[in-house]
Amino acid sequence: MDFFRQTLVIARKDLRAELRTKEAINASLAFALVILVLFSFAFDPLEEQTREMSGGLLWIVFAFAGTLVLNRSFAREVPNDCLDALVAAPISGAALFMGKALANFVLVISVELVSLPVFGIFYNVHWTSQIWSLLLVLALGTWGLTVIGTIFSALTVNIRLRELMAPLLVYPMLIPALMSAMKLTMDLIAGKPLGGENEVWLRLLVAFDVIFTALSLVLLETVLVG
Amino acid sequence: MNAVAAEGVWKFYGDYPALRDVILHAEPGACLALIGRNGAGKTTLLRIIGGFSKAGRGQVRIFGNDPRETGTRRRVGWIGHGISVYDELSALENLTLFGRLYNLTDPHKSAMEWLERTGLDRVKDGLVREFSRGMRQRLAVARAFLHQPSVLLLDEPFTALDDRAIAVLQRLLREALAEGRTVVMSTHQLREALELATHVALLNRGKIAFHGERTAQMVADPGWVYAHYDEA
Repeated sequence: MDFFRQTLVIARKDLRAELRTKEAINASLAFALVILVLFSFAFDPLEEQTREMSGGLLWIVFAFAGTLVLNRSFAREVPNDCLDALVAAPISGAALFMGKALANFVLVISVELVSLPVFGIFYNVHWTSQIWSLLLVLALGTWGLTVIGTIFSALTVNIRLRELMAPLLVYPMLIPALMSAMKLTMDLIAGKPLGGENEVWLRLLVAFDVIFTALSLVLLETVLVG
Repeated sequence: MNAVAAEGVWKFYGDYPALRDVILHAEPGACLALIGRNGAGKTTLLRIIGGFSKAGRGQVRIFGNDPRETGTRRRVGWIGHGISVYDELSALENLTLFGRLYNLTDPHKSAMEWLERTGLDRVKDGLVREFSRGMRQRLAVARAFLHQPSVLLLDEPFTALDDRAIAVLQRLLREALAEGRTVVMSTHQLREALELATHVALLNRGKIAFHGERTAQMVADPGWVYAHYDEA
């Protein structure tokens, strides 16, 4: 019971702090929207080929925009040595990780949910035809992105060039999750349902989320204290 | 049982031994002033005692337990170089947050009580980023005392404090000692520290050069320990 209570305390704290400053979410949202709009001018949105690659484009934008939020996750604890207070507090590393991951998930998925309609308009894509399946893929892909981003944010928190190092470490780790999310999103936008041919990608995405969530829950204490 | 015990603690940064076979203890109710020149290893030792980093060799015990155990952390209060409170939150939100993390029965009530004790109740809803340095330091003190810890670990607690914050901290430390709590503090402000200390430990290049009771002579001449035991 303590785990869930502590998780919520950390998540609420992070969300409250971010909503007061809007440092990460503004940058992330602006980045996502600008890239989507700029790319729409580079392609002809009426062509079938554009629609086929648009799922991939969407996840590249989400991954880059998400990193702007995720980088801040533990970096937020650096001013005033707030991380010390969290490490000293009687909460488990798992609760600290889950609280931070939950707050990051809410922020990243908010950016994505704002970006989706913009994507639909500028790329002439009917993304609502399989909306529940798409939201499921979005949630699974975003959770994978969040988990990896949060743990690497902790890993690089004491590195001077963390803004550079975190993305360098995060993107290679994300390749399986991003590949799955891209493939599933492309299929859904093309009107193919989940299951059948693309089930293997869905399984890969779920497995990625489960494995890296479990690893991160176990490893955070070691990452922070040694 | 000792409140704090370090047994043969070594800490290496690469090949460099920042701490060398440190043996140290503080009994319940004692106030141990950890002194030494810059780079002597005071902060490194305090961080190991506080469970922020691990010893290369040897071990640290707080009331016989590992500092990283959840139950032990509940009994320890920490003031480090930073104030460890969030600029984006108000004073009340900060203390309530830590009250919740320490699982206090009524975090809001405890937070209000400590805001009053540190003279911050009138600005309870103000964001910390709008506070003066002295107010921020007093809030850091309130955060460290909020959960009534049995052991207080203070890293240079008097540095950069204004007069009012020093007075608040000294009063709270005296009350804590009178209640039987244990204080371990590293400091360069010998006069303030030795007034409160019951014991003194001098670190020299990672080794304990002196560890014993504070004497009247030390209070009268704060440089006395350095003069007699520190190898320059």
